[in-house]
Amino acid sequence: MLIVLFAIGLLFLSGFLALSVGRNGGVANLLGGCGAFSGSLIGLVEAVEILASGRTEQIRWAWSVPYGSFLVRIDALSALFLIPIFILCAVCGLYGYGYMKSFCGCKNLGAYWFFFNGLAASMAMVAVAANGVLFLMSWEIMALCSFFLVTFEHEEGSVQRAGWIYLAATHIGTAFLLVLFLMLGHVAGNGSLDFNAFLGSHGKMGGYADVVFLLAVIGFGSKAGFVPFHIWLPEAHPAAPSPVSAVMSGVMLKTGIYGILRILTFLGPPHLWWGYLLLGIGLVSGILGVLMAIAQHDLKRLLAYHSVENVGIIALGLGLGILGVVWHLPVLAVLGFGGGLLHVINHALFKGLLFMGAGSVQHGAGTRQIDLLGGLIKRMPWTCVTFLIGAVAICGLPPLNGFVSEFLIYMGGFHGVGLARSAAAGAVLIIGLALIGGLAAACFTKAFGVVFLGEPRSPYGADAHEAGLSMRVAMLLLAAGCVGIGLFSPWVVKLMGHAVAESGAIPYEAVQGFLAPASSALLKVAVVSGCFLFVVLVLCLIRAKILSGRTSSSEGTWDCGYFRPTARMQYTASSFAQPVTAMFEAILRTRSHTPSFSDPRGAPVFFPDAALFESHTEDFFLKSVYAPLFMAVKRFALKFRFLQAGRVQFYILYIALTLFVLLIWCLR
Amino acid sequence: MNLFTDVVIAVLILTNLRLIASSRISACIYAVACQGVLLGVLPLLVGSSHLMVRACALSGVTVMLKGFFFPWLLLRALKSANVRREMEPLVGYTSSLMIGALLLATAMWFGRQLPLPVPAHSPMVLPLAMFNIMVGLFVIVSRAKAITQVLGYLVMENGIYAFGLAFALSEPSLVELGILLDAFMAVFVMGITIFHISREFDHMDTDRLTALRD
Amino acid sequence: MNFGRLALPVLALALAPLLPGIINRTKAVIGGRDGQPLLQLYYDLAKLVRKGAVYSHTTSWVFRAGPVVGLVSAVAVLAVLPLGGTSAPAGFSGDLIFMAYMLGLMRFFTVIAALDTGSAFEGMGASREVQFSALAEPVLLMALAALSLAARGSGASLGGGLFSLSAIYSHLSISTWMRSGPALLLVAGALWVVFLAENSRIPFDDPNTHLELTMIHEVMVLDHSGPDFAMILYGASLKMWILGALLAGLLVPVRSGNIWIDTGACVFGLFVLAVLTGVVESVMARLRLTRVPQLLVSAGFLSTFALALIIWS
Repeated sequence: MLIVLFAIGLLFLSGFLALSVGRNGGVANLLGGCGAFSGSLIGLVEAVEILASGRTEQIRWAWSVPYGSFLVRIDALSALFLIPIFILCAVCGLYGYGYMKSFCGCKNLGAYWFFFNGLAASMAMVAVAANGVLFLMSWEIMALCSFFLVTFEHEEGSVQRAGWIYLAATHIGTAFLLVLFLMLGHVAGNGSLDFNAFLGSHGKMGGYADVVFLLAVIGFGSKAGFVPFHIWLPEAHPAAPSPVSAVMSGVMLKTGIYGILRILTFLGPPHLWWGYLLLGIGLVSGILGVLMAIAQHDLKRLLAYHSVENVGIIALGLGLGILGVVWHLPVLAVLGFGGGLLHVINHALFKGLLFMGAGSVQHGAGTRQIDLLGGLIKRMPWTCVTFLIGAVAICGLPPLNGFVSEFLIYMGGFHGVGLARSAAAGAVLIIGLALIGGLAAACFTKAFGVVFLGEPRSPYGADAHEAGLSMRVAMLLLAAGCVGIGLFSPWVVKLMGHAVAESGAIPYEAVQGFLAPASSALLKVAVVSGCFLFVVLVLCLIRAKILSGRTSSSEGTWDCGYFRPTARMQYTASSFAQPVTAMFEAILRTRSHTPSFSDPRGAPVFFPDAALFESHTEDFFLKSVYAPLFMAVKRFALKFRFLQAGRVQFYILYIALTLFVLLIWCLR
Repeated sequence: MNLFTDVVIAVLILTNLRLIASSRISACIYAVACQGVLLGVLPLLVGSSHLMVRACALSGVTVMLKGFFFPWLLLRALKSANVRREMEPLVGYTSSLMIGALLLATAMWFGRQLPLPVPAHSPMVLPLAMFNIMVGLFVIVSRAKAITQVLGYLVMENGIYAFGLAFALSEPSLVELGILLDAFMAVFVMGITIFHISREFDHMDTDRLTALRD
Repeated sequence: MNFGRLALPVLALALAPLLPGIINRTKAVIGGRDGQPLLQLYYDLAKLVRKGAVYSHTTSWVFRAGPVVGLVSAVAVLAVLPLGGTSAPAGFSGDLIFMAYMLGLMRFFTVIAALDTGSAFEGMGASREVQFSALAEPVLLMALAALSLAARGSGASLGGGLFSLSAIYSHLSISTWMRSGPALLLVAGALWVVFLAENSRIPFDDPNTHLELTMIHEVMVLDHSGPDFAMILYGASLKMWILGALLAGLLVPVRSGNIWIDTGACVFGLFVLAVLTGVVESVMARLRLTRVPQLLVSAGFLSTFALALIIWS
């Protein structure tokens, strides 16, 4: 416990130090990066140890905040979320050191590192806070730090817009959480917002449980990126600097998942519709997320929508887990929660990796527009290899880590199909996961293929350069993590037992009993995958050997009779995605602007000018739900503009009046 | 025996799938005809032995009407009305299929939830009935031509017939009366709509009826 | 571990190239031609392995890695693939998911190898391939889920072996067909569609077309040559063997307990399947590309319906 607190302190401290030397960019960069790296690594050690042992530790310090106490507690569930937080923050500290160098001199790097390390520390605080007030304060610090990081390049209009959308979304979410904790405190009854007090109030919940769960899904779901609360993700992630997008998408979203799981432990036995709700949200988020991702042309926007998809997969797992608890089918519960929780870690690794890759591309080539890139494999070989590993992992393909967590959830689905009660849920889960998997493969063959392969489509692609050493090392570390979890999955799954037991309120021995068949299956997967890699290697050597003496010549690509294909004739990302977007046109509403080949009177033109085709897909929820809603709110609010007179006297009068009314209310 | 019923019901459900997915009107008419024949056979499988004569009569009438007479009428109308032989769906075929799958799931759920006064012979009869009714409604809503509206109506009516079969053991005369009524209704509606629409507008595309809006 | 199980992958490796030969021979016979020898693919492979290779300037190591990873993925699936009632050497609970995703890995690398050439035609093939396979994957998994339930009914243990292909197929017998025949027929229909779609056969794709614009799989591998192309052809025939074995194991429910009879029956079923494919290719035309998703969704409908039938009746 103390070590984790020390790590959090170190993160805060290094942030302040970096801020204090902010004028000197190089020093601030070094201080901040080292602080993030070392602080996170220190914390990681104890988090892993606590997850493995499954013990609970807590510390209470006096704190003079009403209803608050400085109560921090760390158990297996917290530790499980602390692990990806610390891993990703450490690696992003390393990556950020290289990435932010280019801003040295023109931006205040001290401020960047202050907020980055603050974000890391506050996320860790969220995971260990055991008091409502402390939790909300950490939550708010996390939101603010990430807001300032998103608006790091605030000179650009699009970044400002993204920042505002994010700020509004996160605060609306927090408002729900405030009500949630007050309600929990009300039920617990003794005026304390300590989590320990909530834990003992199962019996008194009654009808409150449903309301609290709904509040949690909305409040935490807006942070996690559940559809329809996801609209801030595709705005904020592209706007932020890449290490920040990596941390936000990889682990900050997961604090929302953590919140839901933590609240579940307070509510006692779950209700049936909670499971169905999460399953439904997971399905919709997963499919809509990946479809929207396919339709995007901006690499980081694409990745942001993929986060929605992966959060959907996690929600599928949790929903299945809750259903398992409700129906007293522990095997569903264990596989659902286990798969969902493992996907939390896995997604942190590969999504962090992919965002870093996107950052390197932006850094090296100067643009994130997929259709302007191409052929980067020759100029950025390291980024290309690591991005490929991340892409294979996120598609859930063996032998990497994405397969392991999806495998667990699938197994839960197959077990579910076998029982009449859970058959529908299981079938929906399997269909959904399979469709998501297939579409994700479509999306990442597009992203990887168009960005890294072929010929450069514009000067951006042609003049790219490889990322610096620290960035490459960071990406290699995460890629190694993806491969490692894939090949050592049986042991990783065993390690998660305590966290699964805690989230499903199932005895630890039972959890291990149900995880054992899964982990023995995973052992076979690992063995076959190991052999697979070995045979690939051997076959590569054989191939090289038999080709070594032969004439192998190098020509232009065969393009079916054209003399020499040009780079502009290549398939672009838009054309690659077109069949899929056309198939799901009813959902995506992709609009394309086709050039007109007729003159204004409608007669055909036989020698048309240069023409341009483009298509774009707007977010349905942003455009058709939130925009009209907020416009209506704005119109309503404008009616009260007369109150804003601009004179101090009036404002003092308002305050006095408010106090007066409150006094009357109390004495009534 | 039970296996045989299941086969018939499965094929019946697949004819609905064919109806949703096909782009040709004639193929749809044949699907509905096939449905009629199979529905006619169903009473023989579901009914118990002491009702055998009745079941045979019922089945004979149904096969003749639903399997041959109505499709023949429709094919004739199709030939004489001189329309394009395509369905012209308002909802795409792939989306229709997905909606069809959803409808089937809903029908299955209904079939399990709905309490029956007497236990049905096969657990799939009720879902089949619900599915037919829903598919019929869906075809009426999502296809443009008047002739497809009639097809949708026929399918819906088949659903009601199948629903009646579930009660065939306890209330046979009720079912037969219902069938008679349905048959009259079908001929009536079909005759009137197609006749009038094609006479007034020289085609049978209900889409163009929107011109009568105001 | 008995010797017969270990021989299954060897059998597949040896006999898989025969399947395209049978298909082509069937087409030739129906078309009234003499046609190629049955062993044509073996000759092709032997010739290609002895050749040099031509590479485009545009390509990188991804292009060279594609065929290798594709082939080895297919071989890895053989480790968990049962043949009729004969269990696979390394089957485990959940290996059906592993199989589906290993085939996914194969596809992933074929697609990026195609994109590596920077050719518009290969990009087009790749784009279609990912579109259709995204729809075929749910069909395959639902069909296998339905099979696992149907097989369990006949007395398989509820324990760990339930979701392994070997356990499923060793419990699929005549009595399973007697009990839930209609559902199994629907599953067979769905698997047949997946078999044709994933192996790029008519009515989804025409392997013999001469127009690149209409191809899917063939156009993706236009630029490969020499040993690389041999690996692709061999991998494709293994994939046909794998998906065919799923179908043949279902349609030929010979479970005598004698490993020679069971395996032999399944292999015979595979050859019949190849003949059937040849017949289909001779009598059908390729579908319009816009109709392909429709057929795949219909197959999904079939497998889901089969699952519902098994659960609720």
